[in-house]
Amino acid sequence: MLRLPAFEFLAPTALDVAVKTLATYGDEAVLVAGGTDLFPNMKRRQLTPQFVIGLNALRELDGIRQDQGNLVIGAATTLTELSNHPLTQARFPALATAAGLVASPPLRNVGTLGGNLCLDTRCNYYNQTHFWRQALGFCLKKDGDTCRVAPGGKRCWAISSTDCAPVVIALDARVQLVGPNGTREIPARALYRDDGIHYLTKAHDEILTAIVLPPAAGLRSTYLKLRRRGSIDFPILGVAAALRFAPNGLVEHARLVLGAIASQPITVTAAEKILIGQKLTPDVIEAVAEAAYTLAKPMDNADASYAWRKKMVRVYVARALAQLGEPMPATNHLPA
Amino acid sequence: MPHNDTFSIIGHALPTIEAHAKVTGEVRYADDLTLPRMLYGKLLRSVYPHARILHLDTSRAEKLPGVFAVITGKDLPIKYGIMPSSQDEEALCIERVRFVGDPVAAVAAIDEETANRALALIEVEYAPLAPVMSIRDALDERLPQLHDYADHHNIHKFVSLEFGDIEAGFQAAEYIREDTFFYEGNTHLPLEQHAALAQFSSDGKLTLWSSTQAPHYVHRALEKTLQIPRARIRVIAAPVGGGFGGKADPLAHEIAACKLAMLTGRPVKITLTREEVFYTHRGRHPVLMWIKSGVKRDGQITALHFKTILDGGAYGSYGIATTYYSGALQTVTYKIPAYKFEGMRVFTNKPPCGPKRGHGTPQPRFGFEVHLDKIAHDLGLDPAEMRRRYVVEDGTQTVNHLTITSCGLRECIDRVVEASGWKNWQAVGKRQEVENLSRGTQHAARRRGLGLACSSYLSGAGLPIYWNDLPHSGVIVKVDRGGGVAVFCGSTDIGQGSNSLLAYLVAEELGLRPADIQVFTADTDLTPVDLGSYSSRVTVMTGNACLQATRQIKQKILQAAAEKLLVPAESLSMRKGIVICEDDEQRQLSFVQAVNLAEAKFGTLSSTGSYTPPKRAGPFKGSGVGPSPSYSYTACVAAVVVDTETGEVKVEKLWLAHDGGRALNPQLVIGQAEGGAYMGVGEALMEESAFRRGMLKIPSLLDYKSPTTLDTPAIQTILVETLDPEGPYGAKEAGQGPLLPVPPAIANAVFDAIGVRIDQVPITPELVLRALEEKAKGNAPRVGPKDFPNVKYPNPIKVEPPTNAPRLGV
Amino acid sequence: MKQVLHLRINGQPYEVYVPVHKTLLEVLREDLNLTGTKHGCELGECGACTVLVDGTPRLACLALPIELQGHEITTIEGLAAGNTLHTLQTTFAELGAAQCGYCTPGMLLSAKALLDHHPHPTRDEIKHALVGNLCRCTGYAKIYEAVERAALRQADKETWFQVDE
Repeated sequence: MLRLPAFEFLAPTALDVAVKTLATYGDEAVLVAGGTDLFPNMKRRQLTPQFVIGLNALRELDGIRQDQGNLVIGAATTLTELSNHPLTQARFPALATAAGLVASPPLRNVGTLGGNLCLDTRCNYYNQTHFWRQALGFCLKKDGDTCRVAPGGKRCWAISSTDCAPVVIALDARVQLVGPNGTREIPARALYRDDGIHYLTKAHDEILTAIVLPPAAGLRSTYLKLRRRGSIDFPILGVAAALRFAPNGLVEHARLVLGAIASQPITVTAAEKILIGQKLTPDVIEAVAEAAYTLAKPMDNADASYAWRKKMVRVYVARALAQLGEPMPATNHLPA
Repeated sequence: MPHNDTFSIIGHALPTIEAHAKVTGEVRYADDLTLPRMLYGKLLRSVYPHARILHLDTSRAEKLPGVFAVITGKDLPIKYGIMPSSQDEEALCIERVRFVGDPVAAVAAIDEETANRALALIEVEYAPLAPVMSIRDALDERLPQLHDYADHHNIHKFVSLEFGDIEAGFQAAEYIREDTFFYEGNTHLPLEQHAALAQFSSDGKLTLWSSTQAPHYVHRALEKTLQIPRARIRVIAAPVGGGFGGKADPLAHEIAACKLAMLTGRPVKITLTREEVFYTHRGRHPVLMWIKSGVKRDGQITALHFKTILDGGAYGSYGIATTYYSGALQTVTYKIPAYKFEGMRVFTNKPPCGPKRGHGTPQPRFGFEVHLDKIAHDLGLDPAEMRRRYVVEDGTQTVNHLTITSCGLRECIDRVVEASGWKNWQAVGKRQEVENLSRGTQHAARRRGLGLACSSYLSGAGLPIYWNDLPHSGVIVKVDRGGGVAVFCGSTDIGQGSNSLLAYLVAEELGLRPADIQVFTADTDLTPVDLGSYSSRVTVMTGNACLQATRQIKQKILQAAAEKLLVPAESLSMRKGIVICEDDEQRQLSFVQAVNLAEAKFGTLSSTGSYTPPKRAGPFKGSGVGPSPSYSYTACVAAVVVDTETGEVKVEKLWLAHDGGRALNPQLVIGQAEGGAYMGVGEALMEESAFRRGMLKIPSLLDYKSPTTLDTPAIQTILVETLDPEGPYGAKEAGQGPLLPVPPAIANAVFDAIGVRIDQVPITPELVLRALEEKAKGNAPRVGPKDFPNVKYPNPIKVEPPTNAPRLGV
Repeated sequence: MKQVLHLRINGQPYEVYVPVHKTLLEVLREDLNLTGTKHGCELGECGACTVLVDGTPRLACLALPIELQGHEITTIEGLAAGNTLHTLQTTFAELGAAQCGYCTPGMLLSAKALLDHHPHPTRDEIKHALVGNLCRCTGYAKIYEAVERAALRQADKETWFQVDE
């Protein structure tokens, strides 16, 4: 049986205590909410922290509430709760969809939005047991000194494999981080960086507490996930798209974000330039799909070949946009 | 046969006898067992695909507190293996490791964590050798040889056989077609990870509980490797949490657990991790195939020439048999007057391949059935009609000396054709567009297609692994004066319901309910030998032995009852717990009364039954693989939807008609058919043993893609119950055959949907897309192996066909 | 570091003294001898160790007992009431939904949670509820039928069923 390495478990019951605890133990400590990402990684000895700080007792991280038109989602909201919540379903269907496609039902019952946003980057040279990695000779991300995907390079190419990150970025969400120096709120997009090892800008002593979604205000959004099986699998491509149409049918706001093709979610900024002020015609869709395709550079470290995954960017972007161009189902017309 | 040929148990959809224990969690699988003072064992495994062991130092591990024993290959120097002719495995490698995961040492410690720490303290110095990682590598004589005993360098085994006049067959053909195919390896992936618990008592007796499908062969291997007489070894197969062939070899962890128990005087349990299950493997051989057929214009086959190369991995396992099986059963579906088979198995530095569900036959069946579909298309024939016309006949033999006792294949084809609406589809619906995905300048769509394929499989191997004249299955029945009946048999229930089969047969014969029958199986101390749950042998072989034993004891009971009731024994029957005179129903006794009379008359009531298959091997070397008491038949139609933009294939539905003889319990037969079909879908679309840098790329349940509920199609199973003369009440097999037609039916359906041929499995989206791209460029609309290596097979053994085999021009 | 933990499992209080890093799966099987909960990967990939926590399915291989104090844990051993099987257990047994039986405990608990929340699920809802529980034997068909029959029987709407033993 694969077992966890020994650790001490700390379960602070207030956020300020949690922040202090984290500061006290520093790099020896990790945070855990649902544990669906952390514990498998620990069992494979990708991490062996001395202290594990549980966040489940912190009431401050729970719940979905409205605040001045914004939707504030506690970081410890489970993915099941998030995907079933009437407010996310009505205003941000992309987020409800993405949360509902993560892993499998028993994992979504404990996995949290915060956990999914902070999901460790993945690579099929890295998400392996200690024995396997030893046989390989380890890798840059853990215990080794060379990247097995692109040997010779100096960086790690592990893949951002969160379903929710591309969506919250596409929705212009902000995330709240609480650390020893207080609270800061940054755009969700700024939470990530293009590095398979240091993939978050969050300081180690900060806790992600909430995700703040600005008013939907007529925004249409969707998320498409590519993977081999109907469930369980991580994305090998995620496409999050959000559009707002002016009354005359022209696109007035556009966001397109790709997941699972790089070490961070990739915002297709060209999409905005192409789309805004245009009708969502097949030619426009094709142009955006082409722009996304050009930008995507998946590597050979996930399921399926990188060449096919790259081709799928074009297809999935086009399908996502086409879906947003269709007449909206009734539930999307709820006032935000 | 029972009175009026009506059955109270047989043919009814009954639950299995363990069903309640399984739904309550009471079943104790091997890893659920613990014993007082039990230690935990772990194996240290090679980190190199191919290397010499230069130095191995266990001293630091031995000193770790909580460690009770550390063993290496020196402690287990005797080689073993399932086949007598390939005794090439060491429980712990002595001088050489041959794949990443090959065991080199083992420890027993107070708990699993200590055992793992001890493994980390064992120092092994390796001298790496060049790894041999593919069929092409194995044919490259510049690379090192894995085993000295191979037929030639890394070619483990050559087979070359020719039946009938192959040249005349091709000359008589009106159309000849050649194809090459590749079937990727895959693994069983039973949900239960293997576990073994060994106990050695101070009086020198060894007991092993193991998740094994073949306790008899484990028994033999323990005797050999531990040098203890079998009389002092007891092997008990714990309930098996899925086998599919992956628990049919004697395995290193079983031997190591025993040795550690002997050295420490304490029980030792070794439970493999999921990753270790991948290394233990014995899964589907990757097979490269070349096929050439000659046919008449109506599709009648005049000659078949078939070549295979099997990638066997690092050890022999069942591989010699697998090599023969990759050719032997090509002849049992359609009439073939001339057949040449050339096969070989190579060694590579990968976990050893062995017998997975369908043992060696899904790969050639895939190639053959796709090849036939192409021929039908080339000749403008309906693939279903072309096949049904030339189905083999009952009571004939094949050109390679296999005896067809019953064949319901034609009816199977008719039934799936009817159920799936095949004919209407052929007439009007071809390449149906399900959904138009058009956008921009591209035309894209999801398209539906139907494909058909057929197959056949053994009801048990006609010859034992160790050639001898002993029965393949033995059963003891004991009747208690309280009315309880106990049945003892070495057969192993791996979820297919073989324990229940024993209860059903005894209950049917004695007029009781299955709950009245106590079943004791798979325990080498208590039960007579049954060779194990492999080759779909249990229903026919165990069933026949069980009937023989039961009918003997039944005669004694009836004889005693007849004396009491003053009627001839022949007038009595047993039903609903009574012994009753059919001519005078007033004359009856309860079963308990009758049993007491019989025990008073004959003494303690017990009987034995044995089954040895009919001796039908042909007159040539290599004829031992292929013969069986009977063959099952299956036809399958698959409906797929192909997304032409992504290449993704979704199987919407499978129609499966299976001739498994009489269905002793139709619910269990359908369960086997559905499970086999499911596994076929996995192999066709997503399961694959992929390697990279000398290592299994993805040894996990996340990355090895086992279909979920959402990936599994609806399966409609139709039972075609021929009554086979060889089987108990006419039964044949169901456990393996229904997998076989599924991958080719899916491949043929993909062609029907989008007009491209995927000549390899798994049929991944990228292959489909690549084929569509080739088609768009005007190239051959196909992906698959480009050629077949130019290897020289030995001159074939030429064999005269039997007189009642299909003949050219008849 | 060992700790005394108080757990409620199948309605019974348990006090265990275990290392805090031992997962619920290990504590159930190794400390409480509740071996009905199975393991197939210990990484959250197969669903064999599914248990219910306050009625919700989750995986015992990724759960820390220390976090489950004060919650009600249900394992396969707690599904029947004494010798009276839960309807799902009965229908799984009747219909051959358990072949090797190894995925069965987890599958049953996922199915129970489904029926507790959706007493009349469609085939599609059943597929989605059980999608995290891998089975290698059945092809899932008999499992769907068993859940559907249990739903009917719970609603006392089963008219076509007859006992054949």
